[in-house]
Amino acid sequence: MVVTEQAVGRLIRRRYIRTIHQAGVLFILFAGVPAARAVTLPEDRADLMYHYYDGGGVTVSGPAMLVRKSVGDNVSVSGRYYVDTISSASVDVVTTASPYRDKREELSVGVDLLHGNSLASVSMISSKERDYQADTLGLNVTHDLFGGLTTLDFGFSNGKDTVGKVNETFQMDINRYNFRLGLTQVLSRSLLVGISFEDIAEDGYLNNPYRYARFGNSIMSSVPYPETYPGARDSQAVALRAVQGFSTASRPLGMSARMDYRYYRDTWDVRANTLRFTLQRYFSDRWIGEARYRYYQQSAASFYSDYFTEVMTYMARDKELSTFHSHSLGVRFSWMLSKQQLPFFNKASLNFAHDYVYFDYQDFTDIRTGQPYSFGANILQLYISGWY
Amino acid sequence: MRKSIMLAVLGCVLVSGCARLLPDVKPYEREQLADPIMSFSRDPISDQYLDHVYDVREGARGATVSQGGGCGCN
Amino acid sequence: MTEKNTVRSCWAMLRLVVCSVVIGLVVSGAATAKVPAIGTVAPDFTLRSSLGKNLKLSEYRGQVVMVNFWATWCAPCRQEMPELNRLYEQYQRVGFVLLGVNVDDNPKAAQELSAQLGVRFPVLFDSAKQVSGRYDIDAMPSTLLLDRSGTVRYLHRGYRRGVEKEYEEKIRELLRQ
Repeated sequence: MVVTEQAVGRLIRRRYIRTIHQAGVLFILFAGVPAARAVTLPEDRADLMYHYYDGGGVTVSGPAMLVRKSVGDNVSVSGRYYVDTISSASVDVVTTASPYRDKREELSVGVDLLHGNSLASVSMISSKERDYQADTLGLNVTHDLFGGLTTLDFGFSNGKDTVGKVNETFQMDINRYNFRLGLTQVLSRSLLVGISFEDIAEDGYLNNPYRYARFGNSIMSSVPYPETYPGARDSQAVALRAVQGFSTASRPLGMSARMDYRYYRDTWDVRANTLRFTLQRYFSDRWIGEARYRYYQQSAASFYSDYFTEVMTYMARDKELSTFHSHSLGVRFSWMLSKQQLPFFNKASLNFAHDYVYFDYQDFTDIRTGQPYSFGANILQLYISGWY
Repeated sequence: MRKSIMLAVLGCVLVSGCARLLPDVKPYEREQLADPIMSFSRDPISDQYLDHVYDVREGARGATVSQGGGCGCN
Repeated sequence: MTEKNTVRSCWAMLRLVVCSVVIGLVVSGAATAKVPAIGTVAPDFTLRSSLGKNLKLSEYRGQVVMVNFWATWCAPCRQEMPELNRLYEQYQRVGFVLLGVNVDDNPKAAQELSAQLGVRFPVLFDSAKQVSGRYDIDAMPSTLLLDRSGTVRYLHRGYRRGVEKEYEEKIRELLRQ
């Protein structure tokens, strides 16, 4: 199926170079076409968040901060700082090692440039933890047509990761390319639809150096065995989304209903479907309430197995590559503050969100119990946003 | 090669024709569309965080509205 | 081998579709939009105003009139307000009038925001969007300058910082006539 990793990698890179060429030509076309000006710089805003995740023996929490400011009429700069403080006693960890603590920090900066009906964005993201470093350079172009009724999006990123192992001189690389395309269309005064596509191609060391597969005649009698992964992975995802506005007794636009669907597949044979429903409602001019449901389902990678009875070329036991589904239900409350109540900002909001997600694995056994693994997790967010 | 060009031209003509059939919402009729609850990403900081939480625990990735922090890591 | 070729041809087909869709959209977008023509008399209208009474455009013949179409939900419109206010206060006494035609569904929101921004010029409420339709407004904000005979002499779409200087030049020119 995967011929040689290097050949696939080269083929993917050549395809990207040609596509970048085409994207460049299209961009030039856009720059030259006059149309009613509709695209504007993103709003100036700052957000400060505390996030908390707890489930499956893992606790991850930390702050996140996002600041965006326009400089002049055509430029906007943004910065984001994000920290994950991880306390992990997950099923993988407790069955092969001992619980650990770690911290991941991520810093990204971006510049947006407005020219005519196009917005070009460049961003750099750098993520660092004790045994993993990831750097990504991204480029995006958004273009409005028909006075903003249609918006086209092109994006390209290149990422380089360095995978290490704590307390060991182990270092491997990953090279990643992302290619994104999106289209948003206004269908009526209160209906917006979008479609997007993303292709991700990676090559390098794609497994987790701490994880083991299992080898034996049954799961409970199996022993740890080193995992081997293919050196390349190419994936495509297509997503459709729509949001419809509704009037309520007090407001012409008092409620919205949104649906998202994504289909995913990759060269490891993972196939996944994601479906989301979101309802948002104004409870007064100051309060917005949101309820959301998400369903996720995936089928296992071709070289995944709960346990192996014979040695194969590729062997994996990462539960993220197994057959499983998840349901999540969540709410979010936003309290809007007006200028009169604020010192420096034009507008601000105080927000709280809680999602509960339940993961149910079909072919990943919890070897502590001998049963297929499942767990629930709580995801909490508390954040304030200010516009200036 | 010629087939590709013909298909491309046919595609352009079809789309140009179809584009005219789409409902026309005037700029002064965009009030509802400008409301935060009609946005595909009302608060990017929150969307990026939640996308990251799922990305790290699932096999699928990509084609989400938010594009921040692509580090799925292992 | 087959998988590679299938992926390759799917990818090539997708690229082709995308490129043709995009080119098609660009071509359709290039068609010129209808505009309130410069040199024609501006269509007359009567709207409820922030002054408590109805205002009729043709009543302002003899003065230089700037008609600005705006909305509370339009960020460039909000940015422009202080500049328009300044122009109004400066040239009001020498025969210039500024009419802010607001297109919010809810006129109360427009009243609140204009009070907040300290707007002095009359705000007219076109919540039914009839005047905007007559003028075929294709950008928010849209600014028209009419001379003393009610003829459209200048039209600007959108707002960018510094354009108020252009407005000022044009206003002075029309005031001299």
